[in-house]
Amino acid sequence: MAILEKTEMVVNAAGRTVPETVNGRQQTAFMGVGKYQPVGNKTAPPIRTAADYPSNGDKRVANLETALRKCGLRDGMVISSHHHLRDGDRVALMALEAASLIGAKDLMWFPSASFPSQKSAIPLMEAGIVDHIEGSMNGPLGDYCTQGRMRGMGVLRSHGGRWQAIQDGEVHIDIAVIAAPTADPFGNCDGSHGKSACGSLGFALADSIYADHVIVVTDNLVPFPCVPWQIQGNNIDYVVEVDSIGDPAKIVSGTTQITRSPDRLRIAEFIARFLRDAGIMRNGFSFQAGSGGIALAFVSYLKQMMKQAGVKARFVRGGSTKYLVELLEEGFTDYILDGQTFDLDGVRSIGGNPRHVATSPFTSYNYHGKGNFASMIDAVILGATEVDTNFNANVVTHSDGRLLHGIGGWQNCLASGCTILAVPSFRDRIPVIVDEVTTLCGPGELIDVVATERGIAINPRRQDLIDAVKGSTLPIRPIEEIKKEVERICGGKPNRPRRGDRPVAAVKWVDGTVLDTVWQLA
Amino acid sequence: MSDVIVSSSPSAKAGHCGPEIRSDLQVSIEPRDQGGLEIEVASRVKTYYGDSIRRQAEEVLEALGVRHARVEIRDEGALPFVIAARIEAAARRAGLGAGTRVLPDRLPLPEASARDRLRRSRLYVPGSEPKYFVNAALHGSDGIILDLEDSVHVSEKDASRLLVRNALRAVDFLGCERMVRINQIPLGLEDLDEIVPESPDLILIPKVENPEQITEADRRIAEIKSNYGITRPVWLMPILESALGIENAFAIAKASPQIVALTIGLEDYTADLGVVKTSTGGESLYARQRVVNAARAAGVQAIDSVFGDVGDLDGLRTWGLNSRATGFEGMGCVHPMQIAVIHEAFAPTAAEIEKARKIVAAYDDAQAKGLGVVSLGSKMIDAPVVQRALKLMARAKTMGLVS
Repeated sequence: MAILEKTEMVVNAAGRTVPETVNGRQQTAFMGVGKYQPVGNKTAPPIRTAADYPSNGDKRVANLETALRKCGLRDGMVISSHHHLRDGDRVALMALEAASLIGAKDLMWFPSASFPSQKSAIPLMEAGIVDHIEGSMNGPLGDYCTQGRMRGMGVLRSHGGRWQAIQDGEVHIDIAVIAAPTADPFGNCDGSHGKSACGSLGFALADSIYADHVIVVTDNLVPFPCVPWQIQGNNIDYVVEVDSIGDPAKIVSGTTQITRSPDRLRIAEFIARFLRDAGIMRNGFSFQAGSGGIALAFVSYLKQMMKQAGVKARFVRGGSTKYLVELLEEGFTDYILDGQTFDLDGVRSIGGNPRHVATSPFTSYNYHGKGNFASMIDAVILGATEVDTNFNANVVTHSDGRLLHGIGGWQNCLASGCTILAVPSFRDRIPVIVDEVTTLCGPGELIDVVATERGIAINPRRQDLIDAVKGSTLPIRPIEEIKKEVERICGGKPNRPRRGDRPVAAVKWVDGTVLDTVWQLA
Repeated sequence: MSDVIVSSSPSAKAGHCGPEIRSDLQVSIEPRDQGGLEIEVASRVKTYYGDSIRRQAEEVLEALGVRHARVEIRDEGALPFVIAARIEAAARRAGLGAGTRVLPDRLPLPEASARDRLRRSRLYVPGSEPKYFVNAALHGSDGIILDLEDSVHVSEKDASRLLVRNALRAVDFLGCERMVRINQIPLGLEDLDEIVPESPDLILIPKVENPEQITEADRRIAEIKSNYGITRPVWLMPILESALGIENAFAIAKASPQIVALTIGLEDYTADLGVVKTSTGGESLYARQRVVNAARAAGVQAIDSVFGDVGDLDGLRTWGLNSRATGFEGMGCVHPMQIAVIHEAFAPTAAEIEKARKIVAAYDDAQAKGLGVVSLGSKMIDAPVVQRALKLMARAKTMGLVS
């Protein structure tokens, strides 16, 4: 497979220099928001016949190694996995290690995201069993990539972008491995029950539909039928039983904690007041907040304001946590539409409350389809590592260029009616508002508000929002002013690191075009 | 072949480093007889400010007159005014740079603090923890107290003095009153030498038991102001923390024209009495009422102590309402979360504002008609009542409760 060779670069519509080919595939450079028109049909796996599958519906095989052999594992194949088990996942590496026992090499690992505990993939890459990873990388895997040690190029996609890449045939999955907290021998899977319960299994849905071969790995086999079946056994080739698919303590947290930092609480309160003062908070509205400390505090403040105003939301989107579940159970929202479950309360609720609905990247985020939920939301609260004075934002690297986070649903959420970034104005003396972002992940035209502890900046493109909050007591300030204040406090503008000249990863936009490049660290 | 470089005295350290540390740094200085400056910088923000930190270290050491030393800096994202303070502290601990101050650029001083400005809330910030300094003022308390006393360990007093001095120069405290709690007299006099040249708005003097302590502090402050040509007022707020202090409350409150407020420290006071401190304060009722009375009699503000249980906002609200009803105009604050609750508790209620508005209207009416007597309906309103109503309306206006 591809060794990281010199590749031609081109300047895209956002002025960023991006590779023309990635891992041997020709790319389209970013053309602007909503400009790229896809052509052709969706991809599909080969047609199967029930004659080739057990008529009693029992697809169990002895172990993962057997399953991979029966799937016809060959050198250079693409193996995929999902990240609903987060830092507690055992299955992805189990599969890659089983592949190495078979003697396969040059594989591409295609996780929906990777986690620091999966750093044992590094020896597999050193040994040539895994050629490269396309999926978010942080921690040791991220460093491996930015140090230029990975043979192929990394590719960072949003959740919606990953669905689009699979659906459009850009990434062809040979074998999908799906960790299932509960499954039946036919291959139906449910994520909300079992000792390793994780809630939704939406990130595995595209893999189950489009991959050539699909293996389910479970530590909680139940007799047919496994209900609810978020993943359908009709798409599954083999089922493998193991003792444990993951460490429950790291899959979901026992409790999610609101931040106690007074600065972060201040940002959270500002945002809740902004939604109220701008008139976005009103009966039947919708919003999405992540699971970070600021987002949870924001939900708490907003709830108080909704209570005072007698306002009920139509739906809220998560990352679901105890705080979102409380909104549902106390009658502050009609529905939770949930892409990822973060704590035990979330798991309990999604498993028992019909108004807590599991979604997938198809429904929430896929851009190459007939619309998606993300653009229908009134307000979304996101984080960022950097923002520039044109409201462009970065979420994957810090200012030193090291890979730190995946994109997740972040890019997809930018389509909302009011996109708000909640960021401290500086972290550890490092200013967050910069002249130019190190890595472009979100074009400024989609980012409406930047809320810091020192004030709120509204994108000048949004005169409607500026007018809506006239007369509010919120500290609305030009973004340049906040930036100057922070630069004075930090003792001047920071040095920018010397950028290397070898691209090590590509950042895709929601439509599969290449938005920016991550460079090898000098 | 270089000569072996000999240290002339043991090395000294100041500050902190480590993964849990934020916005601070550790500096070690090992003085030498020769060999110039050997500076080693390790920093969490090396990529961004590594060069700047090294340059700053060179400048500060030169200003201190340190020519030969091995200097190790382990930085965790400290701001420049903190870096300067830690280097100066380490140098002094190593016996170098005596008598030299390295002062960061000073922001323009804010408007001088009015004698009877709002003092509803004053947020304590430990003077040894620079990470709290820069954002403290964002939370909207009436005052910020940079503390050199009880929140600072005895081994950190010298370094904290420099941190607080630098903060007074380099940090924008927005509209907050810039207060410093010095140590008990006589150690506090050393604090004054370092702090007063930076024109703090108010000095809190802890554990005051007799008026002579005030006089001594007053004299020292006047001397320093005179040396530095400072005309801006530096107010005083004595803290009474013992039975004897409470006994001498009035004499203490009258001991200096610079005193603008009198307050009480309940932790030490209850310890002095040998009683348990409760969240309802029955055991210190006499002392608190005495403080209110003495303050009033001396024409200064009565300010209450802190409410230590940060998690109990309901208890705080109850305490605050009770405190106001007793005659206090504000209280201390140990966490920003407490500020909004305290401001609410010390705000006049809508009913009180309405009543005061009517009285002020009646007063204005009487003035316009040239009448000496102010009446509201059939009731005569005495002059003190009118004064109180005028003051309440003025307060309400400052608090933004009326336009």
